[in-house]
Amino acid sequence: MDDFLTRAILGGIAVAITAGPLGVFVVWRRMAYFGGALSHTALLGVALGFLMGVQPGLGVAFVVVATALMLGLINGTKGLSLDTLLGIIAHAALAAGLIVVGMLKGVRIDLMGYLFGDILSVGKNDVIWLWGGAVVVLLALVKLWRPLLSVTVHADLAHVEGVSVRWTEVTFMVLLAIVVALAMKVVGIVLVTSMLVIPAAAARSFSKTPEAMAFWAVALGIVSVVTGLWASYTFDAPAGPAIVAASAVLFAASLLKR
Amino acid sequence: MPTEPEHKSENVLLNAQNISVRFDDHVVLSGANVKVRAGNIVTLIGPNGAGKTSLVKAMLGLIKPSTGTVVRQKGLSIGYMPQRLNLDPALPMTVRRFLQLGIQPGHGKTLKALQEVGALEVAETPLQMISGGELQRVMLARALLREPDLLVLDEPVQGVDITGQAELYKLINSIRKQRNVGVLMVSHDLHVVMAQTDHVVCINRHVCCAGHPEAVSRHPEFVALFGDEVASTLAVYAHNHDHHHDLNGHVVEEHCKHDHG
Repeated sequence: MDDFLTRAILGGIAVAITAGPLGVFVVWRRMAYFGGALSHTALLGVALGFLMGVQPGLGVAFVVVATALMLGLINGTKGLSLDTLLGIIAHAALAAGLIVVGMLKGVRIDLMGYLFGDILSVGKNDVIWLWGGAVVVLLALVKLWRPLLSVTVHADLAHVEGVSVRWTEVTFMVLLAIVVALAMKVVGIVLVTSMLVIPAAAARSFSKTPEAMAFWAVALGIVSVVTGLWASYTFDAPAGPAIVAASAVLFAASLLKR
Repeated sequence: MPTEPEHKSENVLLNAQNISVRFDDHVVLSGANVKVRAGNIVTLIGPNGAGKTSLVKAMLGLIKPSTGTVVRQKGLSIGYMPQRLNLDPALPMTVRRFLQLGIQPGHGKTLKALQEVGALEVAETPLQMISGGELQRVMLARALLREPDLLVLDEPVQGVDITGQAELYKLINSIRKQRNVGVLMVSHDLHVVMAQTDHVVCINRHVCCAGHPEAVSRHPEFVALFGDEVASTLAVYAHNHDHHHDLNGHVVEEHCKHDHG
């Protein structure tokens, strides 16, 4: 755990194993933009964390989960599509986050690190937090898997068959918010959605069942993390973008398989 | 106007009274009464936007009606066949897996249900790859797996060709008889429906008329809604059906040929 690269790999894998199974649902439910909007609110969380003198990670978790809950509750919007609403919230929150960060006195924030990830600076505590979060999310997802799959296929049908649709969807959004907060450390606010969407999309070509697709998404996510970090180390490329680029290459390769 | 269905058994599965549905200020449906009894097929007909699906959704508890009550028989098990399935192509799922979603995993059960609806050969096919007619049968199989007392079918023959439609209605009818389930069905293809139905409720923002198909098809509001020509052909169909029903219950088309051809 002493080597910074080992810590980066451990942290990255923790994110990959949660982003995989949640990412497949993001793809199936066409919520890529939702994930993006959530991550854009994270900077506001960072700023609030500094303002209140708590860990920025806690600030992020709080703001992102609160946004997810809010969006979950106003799902049936009046007059505007959820898509438009997400566009407004995402960028308003990002702007507010940048403004508050700019107003903080006596604190220097590594803005680039938050926006594009800073996985190479992951410390021992971060690794523990990332794995703790990953275990909690995975355990919850195991419980949620069946009803969530049923709701994803057809919400009304699931409701008639006795699944609590609202509860299932809100729980999923909260889990997604937690993963966004975790993944932010690795690839940054701007690139978080890619950790959810790209390995999951690449997994499609190899999968005949929903579960297989989740496992493939995890595997491809881990491969992306490892090769991205290797490329970053070898070519002195920024680590977060290198991970995303690696997953994009994997996705392109997966298209050949079809 | 006759309002009582032809089977007078008092085994009421689902009773919706005075149902109104509004979205914001827009009233979609007002004051509808529908009763479904065991072994009966009740069909809701009406033009697009008449509020048929809203009524069904209110009866299923999927939306809250702004007025009225829905009373379900105690312990009622409902098999629901929704109007459409909008599955993302990125979701890998075979027909068999789709059926397992609705029940506790049991191996032989799903295949038996597929056999009952005549879609056994697509069991291992991805859901996105089967035809419209096969999809309707598969969704019917999923509804049957609930071992329902009541089947709720929202436009069950959507996307199915003409011969397939007749077959599907025939299937629904035979399931109804075999299992003695109640059926609540939404439809707008009038001809076949009228022949396979015990009780028709004609809806256009409210219940225009309701009763036995033959009576409904002569009702002035029905004639106004669907036109003279449709109404008169329907009356013939309904009549044929009655006559035929007494013999052995084959589909109307065959009977027509037999009678007039």
